[in-house]
Amino acid sequence: MTATAAPDPKATGVPAAVPLREHDPRNIVEVDDLKVHFPIRAGIFKSVKGSVKAVDGVTVDVRRGETLGLVGESGCGKSTIGRAMIRLRDATGGSVRFDGTDLFSLKPDELRRMRRRMQIIFQDPYGSLDPRMTVSAIVSEPIETHNLAEGAAKDERVAELLRLVGLDPKYVKRYPHEFSGGQRQRIGVARALAVEPEFIVCDEPISALDVSIQAQVLNLLTDLRARLGLTYLFVAHDLSVVKHISDRVAVMYLGKIVEIGPPEQLYAAPGHPYTRALLSAVPVPDPVAERKRKRVILKGDVPSPVNPPPGCRFHTRCWLYERLGQPEECRTVDPALKMVATTADHLAACHFADEALKTDVGIAHISVGSVRRGTPDSALASLKASGAAEQETLAAPAFVDEATPGGGESAADAFGVEPPDTTDTPTDIQNPF
Amino acid sequence: MVGAEEDIPAADAPSIVELSADDVLRARNEAVSQAGLGRNAEHLLEVRGLSTHFFTPDGIVQAVDDVSFDVGYGETLGLVGESGCGKSVSALSIARLVPDPPGRIVSGSILFDGIDLLKLSPEDMRKLRGKEIGFIFQDPLTSLNPTLTIGYQIGESIREHMGLSTKAAKERITELLAKVGIPRPADRLNDYPFQFSGGMRQRVMIAIALSCDPKLILADEPTTALDVTIQAQILELIQRLSSEFGTAVLLITHDLGIAAGMCDRVNVMYAGRIVETGTVDTLFENPRMPYAWGLLDSLPRIDDVRGDRLRTIEGLPPLLIAPPKACRFGPRCPYIRDVCREGEPELTQRDGEDHFARCFATQPDGWIS
Repeated sequence: MTATAAPDPKATGVPAAVPLREHDPRNIVEVDDLKVHFPIRAGIFKSVKGSVKAVDGVTVDVRRGETLGLVGESGCGKSTIGRAMIRLRDATGGSVRFDGTDLFSLKPDELRRMRRRMQIIFQDPYGSLDPRMTVSAIVSEPIETHNLAEGAAKDERVAELLRLVGLDPKYVKRYPHEFSGGQRQRIGVARALAVEPEFIVCDEPISALDVSIQAQVLNLLTDLRARLGLTYLFVAHDLSVVKHISDRVAVMYLGKIVEIGPPEQLYAAPGHPYTRALLSAVPVPDPVAERKRKRVILKGDVPSPVNPPPGCRFHTRCWLYERLGQPEECRTVDPALKMVATTADHLAACHFADEALKTDVGIAHISVGSVRRGTPDSALASLKASGAAEQETLAAPAFVDEATPGGGESAADAFGVEPPDTTDTPTDIQNPF
Repeated sequence: MVGAEEDIPAADAPSIVELSADDVLRARNEAVSQAGLGRNAEHLLEVRGLSTHFFTPDGIVQAVDDVSFDVGYGETLGLVGESGCGKSVSALSIARLVPDPPGRIVSGSILFDGIDLLKLSPEDMRKLRGKEIGFIFQDPLTSLNPTLTIGYQIGESIREHMGLSTKAAKERITELLAKVGIPRPADRLNDYPFQFSGGMRQRVMIAIALSCDPKLILADEPTTALDVTIQAQILELIQRLSSEFGTAVLLITHDLGIAAGMCDRVNVMYAGRIVETGTVDTLFENPRMPYAWGLLDSLPRIDDVRGDRLRTIEGLPPLLIAPPKACRFGPRCPYIRDVCREGEPELTQRDGEDHFARCFATQPDGWIS
C-alpha cells in the first residue's frame, strides 16, 4: 500500500450508519460494514486526493472459542481488519463490537481496560521485539501496564509464561537477538498471553519462519488455544496453514470478504472463482498431485484499491466471467455474500457460485485424506518399539504441565527450544550470512 | 494488465492451463533434442566435492561442505532445505559470486559444459555469466537497479555478450519482454523498476536471465517474495520458457510443494551437506532420510484432514563452525543410535538408480527398513 498515514483522528468513534444487529453472546467480536480507508495526500498542502480502500464494507463475526482464518494476497486488507478488530486502527465507517461493546465509542481509559482482553501476535519476530529490552522486560511490560502483578509475583508470572510457550525461564535476562526466529516468536506469544486475553489476533505469526519451526509454533498455538480457551483470528496468506488451524476460513479480495465457511466445505466445493484460483495456485508437496494440477492463471495483478473495479471487484481477472460470456451483472452489481449450495455456514459473494460449483476448476488435484506423510510406517513402528520418543514428539504438550512444577528445563529440552550450548555469547543461530 | 498467456494465440481470456506436467516434459525433451545443443560433456553441470567456507572472526563456517551433484541438459534440479543449509551458497559458488572475503571456495570442481569454472580467469568467468548462465534472484526489487530503465537493464547483457547493434538490441529486448508476458512491451522499455509490480519485476528478471539464451538458469527462491497467484504465474512462465528453449534450471527453494511441481530431481540439503537426492517421484514417495521425513511431516497440506497434529522436527540446525564428525542431523533425529554419533554416514544408494541418502538407519543393514 502506498499510504502509511493513519486515518484522520477525527474519524474515530464513527457512529454506525446502519442500525446494528442484536449482539449474539456466542460471538466475541462482531464486525459490521467495517470500512478502513487511508487518505492519499499530495501536493504542497497535502490535500486529500483520494483514498486507499483497504477494507471496504466487511461484516463478519468471530465466535467465542473458534479460530477464524483470514486469507488473501498482499494488500487485500486482511491485516487491517485484524488490527481494526482490536482497535489498533481506527475505522472510516462501520462498527466493531467486542463482547457487545462498540470499540470505537470507548474512551481512552475504557479502551485500555478492554485491551486486556485482546492481544496481537505479529508476523516479524525480528521487528516486533525491542532489541534493547530483555525477555523479562518484554513479557512483564503488559503485566505492569495493567497492574496485574508486582515484585516476586511478577517474576514468577513471567517464568510461568515462558514455560507455557516452551522456553526455559533461565533465559529471562537475555536479549531478543540471542534467540532464533522460532524462539522469538514464542516470546511474542508469551507477551500476548501475559494479560490473560480472551481473543488474540495472530497476524501471519509463522510466515517468517522455516518450515520445521513453523510446525512447532503452529502446534504451540493449537495447544494454547485448547488449554486456555482462547479465540483466534488467524491472518495468513498460506491456504494450507489456514486450513490446518481454522474452524472457519474467510477469503478476502480487494477489501472485501468474498467467501467464508468451514474448511471442509470451502476447500472441497469453493463457490467463489477467486477461491478456486487461489487453491489452484497452492503448491502441494506431492508430485502425483502436482501433475494433475491445472493452474488457473489469473490475468495480471490485483487492481488498485484506490479505484476498485465496479460491480464485482474480481470480474476484471475472473475466469468464470470469461467462461460465461462476460455477463453484465458482474460488471454492474456488487454481489452480496450468499449461501453456497445448502450449507448454512458457507457463504460466497458471487452471482454465479452455482456455476462455479459445477466445475472442478482449482480443486481437481486435491484429494483430501490421501495424504502420505514423510515418515514411513516402519520408522513409526520402530519409534513405538523404542518407547518414549514417539510420545515426546507426538503427544507431549509444548509447555510444562502444572503437574510438573519447576520442570521447565526438561520441557524446554524436549522441545529443543533452548539455545545451543555454544550460545552463552550472543550468536545469531538462524543463519550466519 | 495482462498475464503470462499474452503470447499464446487466442488467449484474451484468462486461461486455465490445460498442459499437464507430462506434456511440458515431453515438449521440453523435444526442445532439448531438436536444439541440438552442442554437448561437450555428459551433464551440463557437474559439481564435485564443492566446499565453500566463510572465514569469520568466530571461526570457519563450513557453509557448503563436500557437495557433489549433476544437472543434465535441459533438466530442472531442485535444491531444497531451510535457511542456512547452504543451498544459496552452492548457487553462488557455481556463479563464482561468493563474497570474498569472508567467503572462499576451498575445494572441489565445477564443470559447466565441460569447462572447469573454478579454473577460469575472472575475465573469462564474466563472459560466461549472463551469457551461458542466467540468474533469477528472490527479491526482484533489490536485484534491479532503481535508477536505470527496464530496457537498459535487459539490454546490458545483450550488448555485453551478443554484440548486437542498438536497433537489433532494442528489437530483442522488446521480444523478450513480450515473451515474459509484459503488455505493450515497446512502450514499457523506458519505464523504471518502481513502475512495475512485484510480479512484473520478476518477469523482467526472467527476461534478463533469458536474454542471451543461456544453457543454465540459477533460480534462487524466485517466487518467495510473491503472492501465491503471482507465484503460479511466474512458475508457469519459468517452466514453459525452460522447456521452450531447453534451458536447464537449478531451482533453489524452501518450498517442497514447488519442488514437487517443478523439478525432475531434487537434492535435499541440511547443514552444508546433501543428505538425500533422487528423482522427484522417489524422493516424495519413498524418502530415506529422517530429515526429509520431518520436512514432509511438518508441512500443513491443502489436502490434509483438519485437526491432525503436525509431527515436528525439534530443535535447531547445528552451527557450521567446526561441526563434529557425526551425523549432522543426529541431535534432532528421533532414530539416533551410537553409530550416528561416532561417524558421519556417506551418501549411499537406495532403491532406484538415482536415489542416494546419507543415513545409517535406512541403509540395508540399518535399523529402519
